Amino acid sequence: MIPFDYRRATDAEAAVDLVHGHPGATFLGGGTNLVDRMKLGVSEPEMLVDVSRLPYDTVEPLPGGGVRIGSAVPNSDLAAHPLIREQYPVLSQALLAGASGQLRNLATTGGNLLQRTRCVYFQDVTTPCNKREPGSGCSARGGYTRQHAILGASQACVATHPSDMAVALAMLDATVQVQGPDGSRKIPVAELHRLPGDEPERDTVLGQADLITAVDLPELAMATRSTYRKVRDRASYAFALVSVAAALDVADGTVRQARIAFGGLAHKPWRAARAEETLRGAPATEEAFRAAAEAELAEATPLADNAFKVPMSRNTLVSVLRDLA
Amino acid sequence: MEAEIALTVDGTRRSLSVDTRTTVLDALREHLGATSPKKGCDHGQCGACTVLVDGRRVTTCLSLAVAHDGAEITTAEGMADGRELHPMQRSFLDHDGFQCGYCTPGQVCSAVGMLAEAEAGWPSAVTDDLTAPVELDEAEIRERMSGNLCRCGAYSNIVAAIRENVR
Repeated sequence: MIPFDYRRATDAEAAVDLVHGHPGATFLGGGTNLVDRMKLGVSEPEMLVDVSRLPYDTVEPLPGGGVRIGSAVPNSDLAAHPLIREQYPVLSQALLAGASGQLRNLATTGGNLLQRTRCVYFQDVTTPCNKREPGSGCSARGGYTRQHAILGASQACVATHPSDMAVALAMLDATVQVQGPDGSRKIPVAELHRLPGDEPERDTVLGQADLITAVDLPELAMATRSTYRKVRDRASYAFALVSVAAALDVADGTVRQARIAFGGLAHKPWRAARAEETLRGAPATEEAFRAAAEAELAEATPLADNAFKVPMSRNTLVSVLRDLA
Repeated sequence: MEAEIALTVDGTRRSLSVDTRTTVLDALREHLGATSPKKGCDHGQCGACTVLVDGRRVTTCLSLAVAHDGAEITTAEGMADGRELHPMQRSFLDHDGFQCGYCTPGQVCSAVGMLAEAEAGWPSAVTDDLTAPVELDEAEIRERMSGNLCRCGAYSNIVAAIRENVR
C-alpha cells in the first residue's frame, strides 16, 4: 500500500472540494472493498476523504411517499430497518444475501453501490486487465470465466458487478442523490452503473468528485411482496452466480406489471425490461414466465466456463415468479 | 503519513501515533499488544480478526485505525471479568468449540455480537418471515456465523456452544 493522506470531511461540500482539487483523492466509506483493493495494490489513492461520519446515517420516509436512505447507513442497519423489511423486503433480502455479518456492519449504502468487481484478474495486479490498466488486455477472456458476464459484455471486459443491494435498487427504480462539484443531481440507480464498452475502467457515470449522499426509494405498493433469490457456489458468504430481484402485480390470473432485475450476469445490475414487457398482460403461468425469461436471455453470450448461467438464470427467474404469483 | 489517534481497548483509553495505512487490527496487535484478535486472511474473508467496535462485530483487518479514532473496542480478551470467563468463552470450552484455537477469539466476539443482533430482531438470509421475532435455530446460527471460518472444522461444536447462550 502506498502512503496516503487522510482527511475527515465535515460536510458534503467540503468532501467534494477536497476530492475535486486532488486527482489522487477518493472518498472512504466503510472501507470493506476500498481498503482491500489498496492492500492488493489495485487501488492506490494518495488521499482518502472519510465521509463515513457525515450526517447521512438515517432511513426516513419521504414526505411525498417513498423512503430516503442516507449513504452512510450501514448495510446491516438498512436490512434490519422496519420500513425496509415491511415495505421493500427485496432490499432487506438482497442486503442479507451479501457478505458477512461483520462486513455488513461496516459497509455503507453508498460504498456498496461503488464497490468494484471481484473478477480475479482485476484483483491480481500481475495479470493484464483493461479495467485496472486500460489497454493491457483482458485475462478473463481465455481464462477462468465461471463468475463472468453473459449479458452486455464487451471485447474489453467481461466482469460482473458484485453488489446484491444494487440489483434490488435497480428493480425498485431507486434514485441516487449525488453531490458534485457543480451542485447536486439525481440519477436512477439503473443508469448509475455502465456497461463496459471500450471504457471498462469506468464502472459508473459518476465523476471522481461526485459523492452519493442518499438513495431514494419510490413508493411502490407491489414492493411489499417483492423478493430476492441468490444462487451461489456455497450456502452463504459468496458472490452470486446469478441472482433475481422481482416483484409481481397479478390480478385475476393476469400479470398487470412485473419488475425484474438480474445480478451476477453483467457489468451492471441487469434490469430485465424485455422480460417485463413480455409479461405485461400475460397469464401468470409457468409457461409465460419461461417465455419471459427466454426473451430476456435470447442475446446471452456465455463464455467458456459459464454456459450454465443461461439455464440457471432462466430457472431461477421462473421459480421466483412462480412463488410470487 | 502519521496520525494521532485514541482507542479505548477493553476499557482502557490508549493514545497512539499510527501511519495512516495501519488497520485497527495492526494497531491492536502491533502497537497496543492486544493480540487476541488474529490475523488470518487479512482481507475480510475469515473473521479471525473480529472484535466489537462500539458494540458491533466488525472485521478489523479492513478497518483503518485513523478512521476509527475514538472507537471503543472490546476484544475476546476483554470479555472475561478478571479470571471469570465470559459465558460464551465458557461454552466454547465446555463444547470443545475449537481445535487449534486460532479462530476462536474472532468466533467468540462474532457470536456475542451476533446474539445482540438477533436480540434486536435483525433477520438473516435464512429468516423466512422478515418481520417475525428471530428464533436462533441451527440454520440461523450457521448463516449468521458464516463470516467466521474454522480451518479445523469445529463448526458443529461451535454451533452447540453458541446455542447454549441463546436465551
